[in-house]
Amino acid sequence: MGATANFRKAIIFSVLFFYSMLLVKTLSSSPPSSNLQILTAERRIDLTSHIVRVYLTLKVENTGEAPAAEVLLAFSPAQFDHLALVKAAAAVGKKKKKTYLPLEVNPSDHPDAPNGTKYYSISLLKPLGKAESITLEILYMLTHSLEPFPAEISQSESQLVYYHDSAVILSPYHIKQQASMVKTPTSKVESFTRVEPTDRSGTELRYGPYEDRHPYSYSPVIIHLENNNAFAVVEELEREIEISHWGSIQVTEHYKLAHAGARHRGIFSRVEYQSRPSISGVSSFKHLLAELPPRVHSVYYRDDIGNISSSRLRTNSKKSELLIEPRYPLFGGWKATFIIGYGVPLQDFLFESDGGSRYLNYTFGCPLSETVVDKLTIKVVLPEGSKNPSVKAPFTVEQSMETKYSYLDVIGRTVVVLEKKNVVPEHNVPFQVYYNFNPMFMLAEPLMLVSAFFLFFIACIAYLHMDLSIRK
Amino acid sequence: MAALDTPQPSTLRHAFGNVLSLFILLLIGVLAFSIRLFSVIKYESVIHEFDPYFNYRVTQFLTKNGIYDFWNWFDDRTWYPLGRVIGGTVFPGLTLTAGTLWRILNTLNIPLSVETVCVFTAPIFSAFASWATYLLTKEVKGVGAGLTAAALLAMVPSYISRSVAGSYDNEAVAIFALIFTFYLYIKALNTGSLFYATLNAIAYFYMVCSWGGYTFIINLIPMHVLLCIVTGRYSSRLYIAYAPLVVLGTLLASLVPVVGFNAVMTSEHFASFLVFIIIHVVALVYYIKGILSPQMFKVAVTLVVSIGLIVCGAVLAVLIALVASSPTKGWSGRSLSLLDPTYASKYIPIIASVSEHQPPTWPSYFMDINVLAFLVPAGIIACFLPLSDASSFAVLYIATSVYFSGVMVRLMLVLAPAACIMSGIALSEAFGVFTRSIKFQLPGVSQNSPVNAGDTGTVIQNDVVKTEKSEDSLKERPSRKNKKKEKDKTERASVVRQIEKRLLVLPLEASVIAIFLLVLLGAFYVVHCVWAAAEAYSAPSIVLTSRSHDGLHVFDDFREAYGWLRHNTEVDDKVASWWDYGYQTTAMANRTVIVDNNTWNNTHIATVGTAMSSPEKAAWEIFNSLDVKYVLVVFGGLVGYPSDDINKFLWMVRIGGGVFPHIKEPDYLRDGQYRIDSQATPTMLNCLMYKLSYYRFVETDGKGFDRVRNTEIGKKYFKLTHFEEVFTTHHWMVRIFKLKPPKNRIRGKTKKAKSKTSSKRSGTPKKNPWH
Repeated sequence: MGATANFRKAIIFSVLFFYSMLLVKTLSSSPPSSNLQILTAERRIDLTSHIVRVYLTLKVENTGEAPAAEVLLAFSPAQFDHLALVKAAAAVGKKKKKTYLPLEVNPSDHPDAPNGTKYYSISLLKPLGKAESITLEILYMLTHSLEPFPAEISQSESQLVYYHDSAVILSPYHIKQQASMVKTPTSKVESFTRVEPTDRSGTELRYGPYEDRHPYSYSPVIIHLENNNAFAVVEELEREIEISHWGSIQVTEHYKLAHAGARHRGIFSRVEYQSRPSISGVSSFKHLLAELPPRVHSVYYRDDIGNISSSRLRTNSKKSELLIEPRYPLFGGWKATFIIGYGVPLQDFLFESDGGSRYLNYTFGCPLSETVVDKLTIKVVLPEGSKNPSVKAPFTVEQSMETKYSYLDVIGRTVVVLEKKNVVPEHNVPFQVYYNFNPMFMLAEPLMLVSAFFLFFIACIAYLHMDLSIRK
Repeated sequence: MAALDTPQPSTLRHAFGNVLSLFILLLIGVLAFSIRLFSVIKYESVIHEFDPYFNYRVTQFLTKNGIYDFWNWFDDRTWYPLGRVIGGTVFPGLTLTAGTLWRILNTLNIPLSVETVCVFTAPIFSAFASWATYLLTKEVKGVGAGLTAAALLAMVPSYISRSVAGSYDNEAVAIFALIFTFYLYIKALNTGSLFYATLNAIAYFYMVCSWGGYTFIINLIPMHVLLCIVTGRYSSRLYIAYAPLVVLGTLLASLVPVVGFNAVMTSEHFASFLVFIIIHVVALVYYIKGILSPQMFKVAVTLVVSIGLIVCGAVLAVLIALVASSPTKGWSGRSLSLLDPTYASKYIPIIASVSEHQPPTWPSYFMDINVLAFLVPAGIIACFLPLSDASSFAVLYIATSVYFSGVMVRLMLVLAPAACIMSGIALSEAFGVFTRSIKFQLPGVSQNSPVNAGDTGTVIQNDVVKTEKSEDSLKERPSRKNKKKEKDKTERASVVRQIEKRLLVLPLEASVIAIFLLVLLGAFYVVHCVWAAAEAYSAPSIVLTSRSHDGLHVFDDFREAYGWLRHNTEVDDKVASWWDYGYQTTAMANRTVIVDNNTWNNTHIATVGTAMSSPEKAAWEIFNSLDVKYVLVVFGGLVGYPSDDINKFLWMVRIGGGVFPHIKEPDYLRDGQYRIDSQATPTMLNCLMYKLSYYRFVETDGKGFDRVRNTEIGKKYFKLTHFEEVFTTHHWMVRIFKLKPPKNRIRGKTKKAKSKTSSKRSGTPKKNPWH
């Protein structure tokens, strides 16, 4: 009996193993097909800000037989960790009439990639047939990719950073012709790796053109350049969007701001900072611009210890601009925390969908211009009594639910929590939160107050009309 | 009250009067609350000044960690390296009040922050205080006087100065507790009810929890009891009002950790025990007098007195010997400086250095209590017509508080309620007399017709209650139980009153003019109070504003510096500054300080004072021995902020010199004059405070012109060798310096190590394919 049982088990296991092997095979899609090749590739790397923006134009051709439905982008592991955003579009039509169709981009996993290369795959609208070609416009952004060197500078020095990349484009495909342009913020470039032909003029550095590079060719370059832009990094941002059906949306944003550039070393002399602003503290920044929705009201800007008096608000019909100044200028490594809060009219952001549910349409991301947010948490506080919340966001975010008790709540408000790491200004696109809400719930709290006061007065009257004394 | 023969309209009028006075009280509460909001409207909802920041921090701790941790809280962020046992050295009343308030709000799901609750505690309690004043004055002189006094207290500048929104200090709740305790005492005295006497002990307990000023109560009430006994007003009511207070009150007071055994050990409390003995003796005498025949009583008196004298003498001698054996005669420094105004300046420079411990000037009386100063004498006279137990208490209260306010500016706060009560009585009596005169003389109003038609609530109330014996108070709030009994009484009384009233009639014109003048006086008072609340007392002192031709200019330097310290220094770094900024640094910057505003250790403060007055090297050694990383100085020379460290510097020298004799005040003075210009002494120009304040100051304008002292500074170009500037605020008001580390002897080695690491960086790209 025992032997047969064992035998059965063995069979079952082996069958299971076989199927799981099959499953793995199908999941890890076949290694990057070499049927595609890139005819021309042009890459422009923009280093003028502390967010590195790379624009890639690829002309892809299918040389194989089978139609290709996706194109892979390869990144080195270091770059992959700093990637904030990858966007792709297909160019359709000839010059002048050129239009761009956005394409879906997803990270894809290929365990057998050489040297741990990571991939993003671009799904084409329609598979690329034999000998067909397509032009792709790709934008990707890297954060924390400019490494300050020297890592510590004094007040009078300007900030120098390293940028690491490859002179040739890393790709799983054969590239026939390619060139890379690097744009630096100033013409001051300390040094750069030469991979001939390399050419430099003004604020532009040109690598290439290179012909016929094999897949996965990589030639590391280091560019050591001056970048005195505000390296404003919000280490943590918590935005709370509270919906009140009485007519207002209240937004509260908690910032943990840091200057992520070269650390400030030694003294800070106010007299030099004030009298020689052009040399002293060039890499520091003292104000930031926040773009708020139009018709914003009751704006406040404060921190743990009270109001910060240095801010300016300009509003017009398109947008509101809030210029905020932290309490002190931020030098490298200095930090500051603050809170911005404001209210916006409900009808601008809350709509009713066809199914009878309501949805909030609000901007994702951080309203501060040119800042990186390391960790963004958005909490949408729905009104008490709302049901079936669901989120529609243009990119993947982590979602969870919470309950919050606010003014006189009994059952608590549903809070939809969205979390995303590594957020750049390009993430400021609308997202939607759908929910069902019965307007009767709006009356719950006023009725509660009314009944509480009513009971109180009744109790008073009852007390006044009762004689509770023992003595008569 | 002539209408009393027909009961229907009388009850109606009672009801109407009650509702009206309730409504007026409500309005007074709103007034008291809202007049204190100027600071929030003009500035922001923020905690003010110095001590409130400590209270705020304690409240935060309480709300976060709970009451048990609060009692056991040993604070290691202050008085480094000594620390401070907060739970046992703080008056917990205010903190517990705000903490409870916050908890209640949070259980109702009203998410107010602790800060908001703290900011608005003081205005809320001033509304309570004005209601308590109403109750107290009502017990003394009737409802009319009560309402007037409450209205006056709601906006008296002296009290506003300590209770604007954000002024989160002990006094905020203590004044309410003080008045309420007095009210309950008078109520117990008037009714002889043990219920009120017990409540009184509990109110006293709350007062002990809230403020060190509770000793005022525990001395004033015995004084009043003694006064009553001496003037032959002893009654069982007095006994009931007093004896439970001493027993229960002392027991409860010793439950408060900061008081503890002081409640029975220090001289401040002895008066109450002495009077406690006396009142028992007197009670015994009255009792014996009741049971013995007059002759027997006389014999007994001679016997007891002769034996009693001997015993008393012996006990007194022992007591005096005990008390005299302690150096301060059992009195704390602050109490002693109250009894002997010159004491503090002679022996305790720390107490003397605080501006609120100085005696006030005459203008400050006018500023703080304004027209009340003129009304008080009238009120005192009114209290003697006729003198009751309650009104004698009011007189005693004003007399003692006037004395105390004359010793310390701060105690003006105790005077303010007394002045309000007295002025309330005076105003209401005056109004009563004048309106009555008008009413009796107006053509068309027959003298026998019921006098009602009062034009203001005050007047109506005035008519209802006239001064009588102490039973009066029973009648004003006719309880449903003894309404009937009372009615007969009032009827009889009203006849007496009618006759009285006719005697007190003034000429019509004089009355009209006098009323007009009184209203004018009141209007002046209101205008002054609003001005004082809006302009004089609303500044939070951590934010300064100045108006210039191009608009409002805000100086937010303090918070800039504290914010910088909070975010850009290590959590465990120690910051040294003069003690004034200790509470703010711990609360706003969350950094450990060496000394703070709780000036409990003179030596420690003197150490900091010495460091500030020493030359750089010596100062560095002192600070380094205290593990100090940063030194913070406040400097007003650039923008003309007068209360900066240079102006306080002589106190540092004095306090430092008091403990460390090598610091001598004359070294810092040129011919007895304190100066920082080129005539200043070299000691002055080389001391740390001078150097830190004026480091590179000359580069701002080329001359180094100090706008506070209005001189050019004496030493303009100098270098710091042991300190380095790490932060200076926008208007230079706060400067933070860092202690340089001691000289490094192995400099060569570290250099090598550094170059090694950097070469490593460039030498290893081969291993990583991505570089």
